[in-house]
Amino acid sequence: MDAPAALARLRDISSQVRAAVIFERGGKVVGSTLADGERAKQVAQESGDLLAEAELRGGDGGSAEFAQLEVVLQAGSVFVVRHGDRLIAATTPPEPTVGLVFYDLKSCLRDLDEAAPAKKAPPTRQSPRPKKKSDAKP
Amino acid sequence: MRSRSVLTGALLGTGSIVGGLLFRRRLARRRERVDVYFGDGSMVSLTRMDEAEPFLRRARRILELAG
Repeated sequence: MDAPAALARLRDISSQVRAAVIFERGGKVVGSTLADGERAKQVAQESGDLLAEAELRGGDGGSAEFAQLEVVLQAGSVFVVRHGDRLIAATTPPEPTVGLVFYDLKSCLRDLDEAAPAKKAPPTRQSPRPKKKSDAKP
Repeated sequence: MRSRSVLTGALLGTGSIVGGLLFRRRLARRRERVDVYFGDGSMVSLTRMDEAEPFLRRARRILELAG
């Protein structure tokens, strides 16, 4: 599943997610539900800064690895979830079902992660063999 | 007559206490804060303004950008 498909699936399964941006460490945007690419980039940048702040709070000396965060505001919540080197930032209305939102965001990143290696493998294995059989018959 | 008014008073008193508790709980839940979860299962909740402010500022900006 590529990023637009993973985000479309996220929007299907989660009615609480208003907007989401998938990005890599360093701020490179992988996919976004926002129409404006510049805004998506800025969201990724701000979320990267949130991640950096959060990593300072891990364990006694910032040793524990960051997994996810929720910032609760009067106007809504902001979520950032990490899976490997990929992250997803999402916004929801006030008082979302926190556990469900975390689960859906993690699933979205997993969908994206699982699909990536599967796309490259098939062409090299499958293309030569069927041609030889069809050539031999006529 | 007297016992009826006592009962009414008790019911009103209980109702206002329960209502007040529910209102305070709801208010506490809506208070701005940051919950950070780590891979080792630990969690940090930042509720003090000086701790949470850098997160809150950035999150407000994200909400604004995301529309």
